[in-house]
Amino acid sequence: MNWGSLAAFIAMGGYGTYVWGSFGVTVLLIAIEVLLLVARHRAARRQL
Amino acid sequence: MNWFKYSSPQTFYPLAGRMVPLFFALAALFAIPGLYIGFFVAPTDAQQGESYRIIFIHVPAAWMSMFIYVVMAFWAGVGLAFNTRLSSMMASALAPTGALMTFIALWTGSLWGKPTWGTWWVWDARLTAELILLFLYFGFMALQAAIDDPRRADKAGAVLALVGVINIPIITFSVQWWNTLHQGASVSLTRSPTMAATMLTGMLVMALAFWMYSIAASLLRARSIILERERNADWVREWREAAP
Amino acid sequence: MLAALRTVIRRDLLLALRNKSDAANTLLFFVIVASLFPLGVGPEPALLRGIAPGVVWVAALLASMLALARLFAADYADGTLEQLALAPQPLAALVAAKILAHWLVSGLPLVLIAPLLGLQFDLSGTALLTLMVSLLIGTPVLSLLGAIGAALTLGLRASGVLVPLIVLPLTVPVLVFGAGAVEAAAAGLGAEAQLSLLAAFLLVSAALSPWAAAAAIRIALE
Repeated sequence: MNWGSLAAFIAMGGYGTYVWGSFGVTVLLIAIEVLLLVARHRAARRQL
Repeated sequence: MNWFKYSSPQTFYPLAGRMVPLFFALAALFAIPGLYIGFFVAPTDAQQGESYRIIFIHVPAAWMSMFIYVVMAFWAGVGLAFNTRLSSMMASALAPTGALMTFIALWTGSLWGKPTWGTWWVWDARLTAELILLFLYFGFMALQAAIDDPRRADKAGAVLALVGVINIPIITFSVQWWNTLHQGASVSLTRSPTMAATMLTGMLVMALAFWMYSIAASLLRARSIILERERNADWVREWREAAP
Repeated sequence: MLAALRTVIRRDLLLALRNKSDAANTLLFFVIVASLFPLGVGPEPALLRGIAPGVVWVAALLASMLALARLFAADYADGTLEQLALAPQPLAALVAAKILAHWLVSGLPLVLIAPLLGLQFDLSGTALLTLMVSLLIGTPVLSLLGAIGAALTLGLRASGVLVPLIVLPLTVPVLVFGAGAVEAAAAGLGAEAQLSLLAAFLLVSAALSPWAAAAAIRIALE
């Protein structure tokens, strides 16, 4: 276990902006891609 | 089992429908231990502190970005050589996910570069090669989008993807040469001297998660492409009437 | 076979001679783009000497992209390309002849005028010579790679922007080693390594891209 507290986990030893900026944007982009894909598939089925 | 049975859009569509949730589940199954190792097991890096934890997404995304281009060129080439519609559709379905992986690699590389090199962007050999790869993906997608006839789009895209895949090693080599000549950065994201075994494990597990995700996303996109293209095919109509 | 290739080259050169302004415009574009940089970054000779190899090479890259629109478009529009595809000679060979003629009209003039631009940037004599040699080996590669892009986008509405978009990323190695050769020469180092790599690119692309361009033309004609 690396982290004493939740605050330490979020701070990432002072690199919180960079680490969470990387992981956050990655998760966000993947979520957007999945939503777009599902919407595209729904639209394709609806227009049959 | 006859694999060729699944080489037609008609039989592939329902098969892909069953595979999409499976691969999304596999992606989650690998991502959870991968992130656990990345954040809780892997120790703090002696030189870079906690900022190095970005490699757990940066390196897998960079690997996937190159791997997807090769797979995309492979399917595009198969579609060109054997005139199989499904292979070409798979190639088109892979491109946006590949571009996304390239962008994630660039974004995380930049966020890692800021605390390490002090600037958001360094013309590091890897980052530069990723940038060119992103341009190659954009070129492929732009060409296919500009052609109205889907069969011509498939074949033209295939020629471009194959030319691109021959070029990628040459581009990578030239960028590396250029980088060493101009005294590039001495710290590299993956060549950390204190690369612990747990770091490598975490990276590999996360790479598997990205891989499974890419399969799921491109299969889902391939399903949409099949429906959009085969809208007027008999099987789609029959299937539509059978399951309203 | 050889007679057919000669005919294609002679025909394309004759057409270019009748329409001199096309080739002249490419050349003018090259000169203007390169001349804009000192106005943009300031006239300090040291700075200009530093950026000269890259600027001249990038300007050559852009100028050759601009010229690609003429490579197949007219022949595609009037059906000549279809006749070439039906000819008994392999289409790749005829395409190679067309690329050669195109380079003679649009690439070679860039090589010849480049030393003048180099003078604007205060390059030394050896650097000027290396610039010319690197362009002499490198611009045919640009024409060969560009031919693939021009063939892929035949008849498309957006082909004007699309060609540079798909071809420029592929030209990165040529830019790196072309400009690198001039930089090495300007720094007093030998440029043989870069020039031999450029020559290797020329051999590989001369062997492969006519086939790719011919395949792309057949796809467009279908």
